[in-house]
Amino acid sequence: MKALKIIVLAKQVPDTRNVGKDAMKADGTVNRAALAAIFNPEDLNALELALQLKDQVKGSSLTILTMGPGRAAEVIREGLYRGADHGILLTDRKFAGSDTLATSYALAQTIDKMKPYDVVFAGRQAIDGDTAQVGPQVAEKLNLPQITYAEEIVNVKSNEILIKRRLDRGVEVVSSSFPVLITVHSSAPDCRPRNAKLLMKYKHAKTVTEIQDMSEDYLDIFQNRSYLKIEEWSVNDIVVDEEALGLGGSPTKVKKIENVVFKAKESKKLTPLDEDIDMLMKELIENHTIG
Amino acid sequence: MNNIFVYCEIEDREIADVSLELLTKGKSLAKQLACKLEVIVLGSDLNGIENKLYKYGADVVHVGDDKRLSPYLTLPHSKVIVDLFTKEKPQVGLFGATSIGRDLAPRIASAMKCGLTADCTSLEIGEHYEKKTDTKYENLLYQIRPAFGGNIVATIINPETRPQLATVREGVMKMEVFDEAHKGELKKINVDELFDDADFVVKVIERHIENKKVNIKGAGIIVAGGYGVGSKENFKLLYDLAEVLGAEVGASRAAVDAGFAEHERQIGQTGVTVRPKLYIACGISGQIQHRAGMTESSMVISINTDEKAPINQIADYVITGDIAVTIPKMIKYYKKNSK
Ligand SMILES: Cc1cc2nc3c(=O)[nH]c(=O)nc-3n(C[C@H](O)[C@H](O)[C@H](O)COP(=O)(O)OP(=O)(O)OC[C@H]3O[C@@H](n4cnc5c(N)ncnc54)[C@H](O)[C@@H]3O)c2cc1C
Ligand SMILES: Cc1cc2nc3c(=O)[nH]c(=O)nc-3n(C[C@H](O)[C@H](O)[C@H](O)COP(=O)(O)OP(=O)(O)OC[C@H]3O[C@@H](n4cnc5c(N)ncnc54)[C@H](O)[C@@H]3O)c2cc1C
Repeated sequence: MKALKIIVLAKQVPDTRNVGKDAMKADGTVNRAALAAIFNPEDLNALELALQLKDQVKGSSLTILTMGPGRAAEVIREGLYRGADHGILLTDRKFAGSDTLATSYALAQTIDKMKPYDVVFAGRQAIDGDTAQVGPQVAEKLNLPQITYAEEIVNVKSNEILIKRRLDRGVEVVSSSFPVLITVHSSAPDCRPRNAKLLMKYKHAKTVTEIQDMSEDYLDIFQNRSYLKIEEWSVNDIVVDEEALGLGGSPTKVKKIENVVFKAKESKKLTPLDEDIDMLMKELIENHTIG
Repeated sequence: MNNIFVYCEIEDREIADVSLELLTKGKSLAKQLACKLEVIVLGSDLNGIENKLYKYGADVVHVGDDKRLSPYLTLPHSKVIVDLFTKEKPQVGLFGATSIGRDLAPRIASAMKCGLTADCTSLEIGEHYEKKTDTKYENLLYQIRPAFGGNIVATIINPETRPQLATVREGVMKMEVFDEAHKGELKKINVDELFDDADFVVKVIERHIENKKVNIKGAGIIVAGGYGVGSKENFKLLYDLAEVLGAEVGASRAAVDAGFAEHERQIGQTGVTVRPKLYIACGISGQIQHRAGMTESSMVISINTDEKAPINQIADYVITGDIAVTIPKMIKYYKKNSK
């Protein structure tokens, strides 16, 4: 079967799963600086399915695409350590403040520039915005069919891929021709760990901006080993209507953000001793809460 | 024109609860905005479905009835809806935040280049003043949703684009018959003229959908267990208590992830939202995402070995102790003292 060109969309996100007290500012907004920047968890599941597909179809290549600030290059390095072949960092001030529509437009125009491709993988959902909208929106913009919530590649044939999907109350197996966009659910296998050889190979992989801050002898290394260069694209490298980007190109506006606070109740404190439990149950029966 | 549209989801020839919840909410928004409530249903063998939807307040029901629309596929469903929305120009479009709604709504928003807010837990009508352009907007849909892993709640608006699209979590809005006698208008969509082969490149090969076995959403009393219950075997204790009290058993995500309880029983931000008169939290620490799904319970009892567990802050009764000791005593007292 013909080799596949695979693209994985990955986002760098603040780790909202372990939000401590210092993560919220006094005004109720999120203090991103207090949260570690990580590879979005379901994008790691997406990377794993993409790597499995690459393993199955000889000669296939895998490129990670991420849109974000300069430090998002970390996501690309992490991908290279685990088996990706290339990475593109899409970075430009003009993308700042994008909602999902503007994000998917920028990503779709970039993917279009990367033609030809066969499969685009994305995570189901990012843990900061939590919308799960970017995958389907990128698919629509590229006029691709979409398969959401993938958990397993059941089979792949010359022009067909079979995917098992995880639904609210069950599973479904669907088939699609290529090209196709697939979003991956957390129930898919965990991503394989970093490979020691690849870690050595790509440890010094850098974007142009990162190279600028390096010493002379570093520059030699990059001259000789082109695989260490992480591509860095800006608005000028893709064909876009700038009005459709960033805050200005985003139809949704955040009007207000509130910290979640639950009103503390005055509670009765009890022990598991018989008299306490009996008293509680008596009260509940008497006021018809139970019984 | 410029009405509120609800996408009605069908599973096993039944209307999904979330769709009826959306009709109830849509009806009250339509009243506020002095517009009509319209529904779109796509599937096969839908004869007579409109009658059920009228009762819930639908003024117009658009039905696309075709074998190729069931089971659900993204491309044909989105094509029919985009075509209808383009003609009818709704001001608001609502979808359930289900595996179908979250697959479909972004596709439509992208095609129509309009804003979409995910997983709303509340919808209101309000106004907005934009300083930069000195523009005042009236009758906007305030779309209120948790984000950042449930740590914040954001109010999102779409001032300029229409329709204003939102997906809404199941169970967070109430479902109420509007009027048994209410009648609307049926409009059939000729879907055949819209389709071409490219809409069917994705094919469903196999499906295993489990029927809903539990109804924790409607339960008056819930005995919920967390990771602190310790094992699937220990969960039996919760079932015993639930049985004597006539309650349903719920669970935290950690308990579900550990395999102590089925996913359908999960309560919280990514599970079901419940409002029972009594919620007994057993071995649940009460993280923000769990509380988001049960904070409207009328009364909360927490049984936890840790006196400082966050759930205790919102509990009416805090029992500091082991569930293995406490629950059997509750069962014993109740059996002895209820009629
Ligand atoms: C509090 C808050 C609420 C918000 N609510 C909304 C809302 O309701 N509607 C809305 O349109 N926007 C909303 N946004 C904006 C939204 O979070 C951003 O547009 C974000 O860039 C993309 O959305 P997401 O994080 O939800 O990604 P998702 O749609 O959840 O991401 C799905 C997948 O798309 C891919 N992906 C997403 N972003 C990138 C990227 N930058 N680079 C590479 N791959 C990527 C990844 O594979 C990811 O797993 C909100 C933002 C905040 C802070
Ligand atoms: C985006 C996101 C969405 C989420 N959605 C949900 C959701 O929908 N629902 C949900 O529940 N969680 C959700 N979570 C997970 C949530 O953050 C917590 O991890 C989870 O609720 C913890 O479950 P728990 O309280 O059962 O477990 P733990 O936090 O481990 O608490 C166990 C408790 O049991 C007590 N305990 C231990 N032994 C005993 C004993 N013998 N007797 C009595 N008490 C005992 C302990 O003191 C402790 O308080 C979500 C998280 C994220 C990031």
